[in-house]
Formats: sequence, C-alpha cells, structure tokens
Amino acid sequence: MNTNSNNYTLIYAIVMVVVVALLLALVSSGLKDIQTKNVELDKKKQILSSLKVDLTNKDAAEVYNNLITKELTINSDAKTLSEIKGEAFAIDIIKESAKKLEDRKLPVYVAQIESKTKYIIPVRGNGLWGPIWGYIALDEDKNTIFGTYFSHASETPGLGAEIALPTFQDSFIGKHILNDSNEFVSIAVMKAGQKSDDKEQIDAIAGGTITSKGVEKMLLNCIGQYEAFLKK
Amino acid sequence: MSKLISDKTKEIFLGPLGKNNPVTVQVLGICSSLAVTSKLEPAIVMGLSVTIIVAFSNVIISLLRNTIPNRIRIIVQLVVVAALVTVVSEILKAFAYDVSVQLSVYIGLIITNCILMGRLEAFAMGNNPWESFVDGLGNGFGYAWILVAIAFFRELLGSGTLLSFRIIPQSAYDAGYSNNGLMILPPMALILVACIIWVHRSRNKELQEK
Repeated sequence: MNTNSNNYTLIYAIVMVVVVALLLALVSSGLKDIQTKNVELDKKKQILSSLKVDLTNKDAAEVYNNLITKELTINSDAKTLSEIKGEAFAIDIIKESAKKLEDRKLPVYVAQIESKTKYIIPVRGNGLWGPIWGYIALDEDKNTIFGTYFSHASETPGLGAEIALPTFQDSFIGKHILNDSNEFVSIAVMKAGQKSDDKEQIDAIAGGTITSKGVEKMLLNCIGQYEAFLKK
Repeated sequence: MSKLISDKTKEIFLGPLGKNNPVTVQVLGICSSLAVTSKLEPAIVMGLSVTIIVAFSNVIISLLRNTIPNRIRIIVQLVVVAALVTVVSEILKAFAYDVSVQLSVYIGLIITNCILMGRLEAFAMGNNPWESFVDGLGNGFGYAWILVAIAFFRELLGSGTLLSFRIIPQSAYDAGYSNNGLMILPPMALILVACIIWVHRSRNKELQEK
C-alpha cells in the first residue's frame, strides 16, 4: 500500500484523531468520580494543613469532620449567609471573585483546636506561571496567624515552588494582619534586608520574586474581602 | 528471535549513558535540565518520568512505524506522546493523587522534552519494538543521570542540602560560609552542563570536533 498518498494520509490522520480522542474521553470520564473524590479529600487535607495537623496514617476526612466545627458562608459585610456544612466547602472562589465584592459568597472554616477557635480563610492568586492558592488559619483574635498552607499549579521547582514548603509557610506564624490602629494591612513578603513601613513582613524566596510578590498580593486581595469579618 | 539481550541491544542501552548521551552529546533536553535541577528530588522524579514515557512511546511508534505516512510522521509522534502523557496523568490523578500533585508541572514538561521526539524520529521509526524499548530506557537513564549530577551540585552548593536534608552543618554558616545564590539560578545549570560536556569530551577524544 502506498503510505504516501493523500488519501491514505488523510484517512490515517482522521482515524488517529478519532481513536485518540475516544481513548482520552474514555479515560477521563471513567476516572472522573475517583478524581473528584480525590480533589475533595485533598481540599480537606489542605485546609487541615493550615492548622498544622499531622495527618500521617490518619483518615483526613474523619479528622476534618472532628476539627472543623462550622463552615460559614459570609458576605463582605460579615453577614452570615449560611451555616450549613458542605455549602461553604462547595463554593468556587474563582467564580466568586468574578462577581462584585458585595455579591460574593465568602467561605470561612471554623475549627476547634484544644478548645480554642481558629478561623480559616481560603486565598487564591497568581504566581509566575499559573495559579497559586492556600489557606490562612487565624487565631481567635482574627489577627494573629496560626498557620498557613500554600500550593501552586506550575511554579518553578526550587524557586517559586518553595512556597509550598513548610519553611516558607511557617515563617508566617505569629505575624499580625491588622496594624496597631486595627486596620487590615496584610503581610509583606520582601527580600531579607528590606523593611516594610506599615506592615509585618516575612522573607521572600530567593529566585522566586514574582511568586513571592504573588503571595503578597494574594493575601492582600483575598483576606481584604474579609475585612469587616476580621474587625467584628 | 534470538536471545533478548544481544550485544546490539547492550550497545543500544549503554551508548546513551556514555558516548552517545542525549544531553551532553546530542544536546537534547537542555531546557528541562535547566528548569528542574535546582533540587535533587524533582530531578530524580523528572528523570524517571521521562524514562518511562520515552520507553513506551518508542514501543508504540515502533509498532506503528510501517503504517505512518511520511508527511505527517512528526504529528503522529506528537499525538502518541501527548496522548500517553495525558493518560498517565489522568491515571495518577485517580489512583496516586499525591504523586500527581507533586509531579504537577513535570507532566506537561515531558511532552515538550526534545529527547522524546528525537528518539522517536531517529530510532523508533526504523527499529523493532524491543530495541526501541531498550533505546528508550537507555536514553531516559542517560538523561536522568545528567540531571541528577547537575541537581546534586546545585542543591549542595546552592542550598546546602541534599533531598532537603541539611548536609552543610550550621557551624559552617556560623564560621562565615554562605550558600552560592547563583547555583539556584538557571544559568548555573548551563555552566554545569558545559563542565560535564568538557570532562566528557576530554575523556572521549573521538567526540571532539576538529
């Protein structure tokens, strides 16, 4: 058979594309349910990570149910819209951020650790190559950072991707997001040696400047939406 | 079918580890050897992933080699690689979610790795599946050891750690030693690749251009 004829080439291409498309569609839809479960479980793990809970050899879903006592849906005026468990969890904060600030549904997770209340706020922003996100756990005063968790889709390993490491995340612990006059100022992520005028700061990642700045902006924008809630 | 490990297959496997190394001699896959070598762990993961994908896409292309129309062969190769990588990534997401999160960016990077296309075009298009498989393994490992070697020096000198364990003791820092910041930036990977090529060529005179 002449494998160089136009007809053969055309048919070959069409068959190949159809076969590959079918294969990928099959794989994708066949694995969809397991993947969604994994994603949900992973979200719970991420939320728990901001509380510095050790999850080794534990069922994350069970730990989540025990520790997270409330899931609140609030708006930017700190009015509680819903307290039903699962509702705040299902909020897609990417979609919400496209709405006007007044219309956004904002999730807050409330945890009880050693009979102390912690508030967990999800954050999402952009790094150098793609989205970055995380969870910020605040103490009862809604000011002191109890723990953080950051992750990323495609930051450079060894540089921007370092935001996902405990060394970076732990440097936030104990910092305050409100200033002395109780205004929300967020946290600065800066090169060691530089000084921020009005806010508390942590060291940026060497070689990961844009990702570090992305984290700074993400904290400012996302926690900023909760300003009324923080001051309440 | 003679025995599986003949002298020829041995040569196909060992060649890319030394005299015909994909990175230092064929100068393929340079981009990823800059991108993922600032730490040892991602370098190892990337090396293994590429090895697996190159071996299997080699086999698939080798099986199809007599049917592929010449004019669209590159496209066919690309589709095979992309489909394989996507399937692997979907399966990882379903059954090894943690691994897939860790691999994140590498999965995509594998498709763009020049070694894949290079081996498919140069080897799998003209050889039988078994030899192609061995060739894929050889080139994958040849690529992997260069990555690991670069990452070893970059992590040790740039961060003072190996696989995130501290190697250079705190006392050295107290005595005035400091990490070399240049090491964690991409240019240093290029310089290290050049050093490896230099050593490699001075030991293998036949590789030197006149």
